[in-house]
Amino acid sequence: MEKNDGQQLKVSAIKDGTVLDHIPSSQVFKVIDILGLSGSEHPVTFGVNLDSKSMGRKGIIKISERFFRDDELNKIALIAPNASVNIIRNFRVAEKKVLAIPETVSGMVKCINPMCVTNHEDIPTKFKTIVKGSEIQLLCHYCEKITDL
Amino acid sequence: MPKSLISIQDFTKEEILHVLDVAEEMEHNKSQTFLSDKVVACIFFEPSTRTRLSFETAANRLGARVIGFSDAANTSIRKGESLKDTIKMVSNYVDLIVMRHPLEGSARYASEVASVPVINAGDGANQHPTQTLLDLYTIRQTQGRLDHININMVGDLKYGRTVHSLLQAMSHFSPEFEFTAPDELKLPQEYRDFMDSKGIPYKETSDLREYLDATDILYMTRIQQERFTDPVEYEKVKNVYSLNASMLQGVRPNMKILHPLPRLQEISTDVDDTPFAWYFKQAENGMYVRMAIISYLLGKR
Repeated sequence: MEKNDGQQLKVSAIKDGTVLDHIPSSQVFKVIDILGLSGSEHPVTFGVNLDSKSMGRKGIIKISERFFRDDELNKIALIAPNASVNIIRNFRVAEKKVLAIPETVSGMVKCINPMCVTNHEDIPTKFKTIVKGSEIQLLCHYCEKITDL
Repeated sequence: MPKSLISIQDFTKEEILHVLDVAEEMEHNKSQTFLSDKVVACIFFEPSTRTRLSFETAANRLGARVIGFSDAANTSIRKGESLKDTIKMVSNYVDLIVMRHPLEGSARYASEVASVPVINAGDGANQHPTQTLLDLYTIRQTQGRLDHININMVGDLKYGRTVHSLLQAMSHFSPEFEFTAPDELKLPQEYRDFMDSKGIPYKETSDLREYLDATDILYMTRIQQERFTDPVEYEKVKNVYSLNASMLQGVRPNMKILHPLPRLQEISTDVDDTPFAWYFKQAENGMYVRMAIISYLLGKR
């Protein structure tokens, strides 16, 4: 699967770190946000609209010398459920991780309901995830309304 | 975190039945003193007459003393105090908080910050669980049971929170439903999905007369102007149903008409004197049910 073909070379290989592959191009910047990479001190390279056999076009993010906890990575499943995560050590894939949709989501999504208390008071949002076919919906813990992703 | 009542789904079927049994005890003995060492706060950030007065009466009838406000205008909220700070402060003064607030989810949030039980007396268009419990109490009172009741819900089935909560609560008791609503105010899809998942049968119509003769409980609701963003939409549907005494000739003898009140023209006043009208008794029941809920959450019943 993860061969060092021509596509991969467009975003240079890393020695140690994390590679997030098969991200829909449109979601790459959101993934960067979710993982808090804009303030990262580690080298980060990314590409969008790269050719992909399985997806047509894809995005990829490589973060050197950085490894994430599962709960951090699982947040990505909400917007890029088919993304693949490879842990790289000494230029080799040391581990592949499968993303799992988290049961609850805190803080990263805004509730769509303008009358929800979280949009008026200083409260982190909290949702329960509902998987409906290929769609993921978020049920607000407070106002009990559904926010679509 | 102490046990609170925020959403009707916070109570199991057993807890619901327990509260109804306690409410029956309260109806038979309307003045008790076992909460004489307690103080209850009724904090209403939004106007209400029935709910606030019945909560305050309920607490008083149990011997508790009541503090609170009925309008946020004369409080520190005007100075910009956050809900969290207000609740933290009040919960240090009292043993239980009854709260109504226009923001949805505010009651859940309050229950997470408070050190005492919180009863949600309405959080915007979201939940009003004590109304649902008093509806259940009234259904059981008039029909002698809760199982296998046919309920015809009429009016605003789209925005009406009492309708949504009641059908969630009734799902414990194998009901059958008819939903009578104009196209603009039909039951939202999520509640149809909910009933399908529970295997609850329902029929729909826009004609009030269609299922009138085949129902045990006729649950009428007001078309709520405050829920409409478009005044033209409201004008189109506001007078769509009007029940009068002459329409009740062929109904089941056990049929009772419920309404969360206030009513406008959807029930004509000539219905009030028929044996089918039960909405004023229903409002009275609210007091007994609230006495029961306060007692239960304070661990006294």
